[in-house]
Amino acid sequence: MAEITYIEAIRQALWEEMERDDRVFLIGEDIGVYGGAFKITQGFLERFGEDRVIDTPIAESAIIGSAVGAALMGMRPVVEMQFADFIACAFDQIVNNAAKFHYRTGTSVPLVIRGPSGGGVHGGPFHSQNPEGWFVHVPGLKVVAPSTPHDAKGLLKAAVRDPDPVIYFEHKYLYRRVKGKVPEEDFIVPIGKAEVKREGTDVSLITYGAMVHQAFEVCNRLSAKGISVEILDLRTLVPLDREAILATARKTGKVLIVHEATRTGGVGGEVAATIAEGAFDRLDGPILRVAAPDTPVPFTTALEEAFLPNVDRIAAAAERLATY
Amino acid sequence: MDDAGLSRDQLLDIYYHLRLTRSLEERIGILYRQGKIFGGVYLSTGQEGVSVGAAYALEPGDITVPSHRDMGAHLLRGIQPREILAQYLGRIGGLTRGRDGNVHFGDIQRGDVAFISPMADGIPVATGVALALKRQGKGRVAMTWFGDGAASRGDFHEGINLAAVLQVPVVFVCNNNQFAYSTPVTRQTLVPDISKRAAGYGIPGSSLDGNDVLAVYQVAREAVARARRGEGPTLIECKTMRMRGHSEHDDASYVPREMLEEWRKKDPIQRLEARLREWGVLEEEGEARMTKRIASELEAAVAWAEASPFPEGKDVEQGVYST
Repeated sequence: MAEITYIEAIRQALWEEMERDDRVFLIGEDIGVYGGAFKITQGFLERFGEDRVIDTPIAESAIIGSAVGAALMGMRPVVEMQFADFIACAFDQIVNNAAKFHYRTGTSVPLVIRGPSGGGVHGGPFHSQNPEGWFVHVPGLKVVAPSTPHDAKGLLKAAVRDPDPVIYFEHKYLYRRVKGKVPEEDFIVPIGKAEVKREGTDVSLITYGAMVHQAFEVCNRLSAKGISVEILDLRTLVPLDREAILATARKTGKVLIVHEATRTGGVGGEVAATIAEGAFDRLDGPILRVAAPDTPVPFTTALEEAFLPNVDRIAAAAERLATY
Repeated sequence: MDDAGLSRDQLLDIYYHLRLTRSLEERIGILYRQGKIFGGVYLSTGQEGVSVGAAYALEPGDITVPSHRDMGAHLLRGIQPREILAQYLGRIGGLTRGRDGNVHFGDIQRGDVAFISPMADGIPVATGVALALKRQGKGRVAMTWFGDGAASRGDFHEGINLAAVLQVPVVFVCNNNQFAYSTPVTRQTLVPDISKRAAGYGIPGSSLDGNDVLAVYQVAREAVARARRGEGPTLIECKTMRMRGHSEHDDASYVPREMLEEWRKKDPIQRLEARLREWGVLEEEGEARMTKRIASELEAAVAWAEASPFPEGKDVEQGVYST
């Protein structure tokens, strides 16, 4: 198994899917000649040609609307939003067009939208958001957020092969900071399946995306104190793996939900309600959440550090819960 | 005679589709007033030439992305009146099986993309359809319709600009019927000819009398040929008039009576009839035969649609995803 970075995993998934299936093509801003804002698609134009790596004007709504049209014709577009924040410019085409098409007509829209999301990079309010909450609420979409190179590669391949619109939030902070083992052979990570990243017995830490790595550190720190933390990585936000959520809640009786996305209306609320509905009698403490506060993502370091959930805050909440 | 090079059969085919569109929509209006059709009803009465004329320029394998007043285009793609009526009645026999209403239907198998309500959303979709068609390399084209109101939305700008930059085979047909709900086109834009915007995208554009169905056909045919030759998109603006309210519950009292009178004289069906009679293509008997034919087709279609069952409530969650 090769050890590669998170960003290399994404690049490999795209490359391999482009080679595997002629219908797959890339469309977005600066992805062809420039190789992408994060250089993920460097070399793709030379290999696959301008018919399959399409540089566009700045027109998110048309980029996604046209991807819907191409998908209806049987193609497999992978759209790159330069930053996940700009997905808001295409909100209508995603929620009114792509999401509802199959329910209304029985015709699938096999579309993938990649959105570099997340903060910690001094990006400020419009280059740092985690917008998954906006889309989790729209029936007809699938939303995924991988945390490791293995999951990044496997989920992107699964997304490309999925007949339905998938929004793939890749956390930009993880691009070059996280490395992991990835199988040499072709593989997918199924959409809709969470994964226990660490087994534990005292507290369940349910999370996804960049926060999984904070969770690993929390786990290490607390095990030194004799507290065993189980980490459930959701991986898919919709359709949510409610079975896995309930299983871990029943196992430990104490659940802490962590996400970098802001608190109110975040996925954490949905997870908490799922547990309250399905595992209430197995709980030994309140369901807690650690999330970013309800503010836009601030720019200056002092504010951004106060904004982002960190190991200290998460560990404190986990410890509080463990001793409840 | 300026018959656009069409044969007698083709001229009669166009005439039949104009008449069928008009009669089908009249029937839909009646069913609505009888309370059998619920929800919204948006008719294309008086504008049939724009949909029929332009769609007639297409070949099998081409793709349509219609808007809400393009019943004639759906019919030319082979969607049957009975399926359309079942759709309006919210039955399983409709193309959305009750999941969506009135004009929100299509069939990819027959090359017809289902409309969604936000105006102009179909424009980028048509661009993407054309992108796929270009890649498929079989010389197919896409055609989409939208109104004067839709032309104010960002998707109009983004979708046409993208189509122009990518040089994809698509024809953009603007159905300028003077009103977007209650908003007159003079409140929509300062420049009355929407076709002028084409220059801003570097593509050809023209305005024409949308109630002259053969003129619409000719202009559309040229635009389709351009697209097939790989010369990219065209913007066609068909001037017409919305003869009824925005929807059937709208009495459209805001429309000046004189405007309606003026446009009534330019009715697309009457005008084609006059020319067909003049050319000896249509005689009284033929007209009467067609009236009977359409009436009996619609009777059968209504019966079929009314016999189609409603879907069951227990199935409400089916079909959100493909699998």
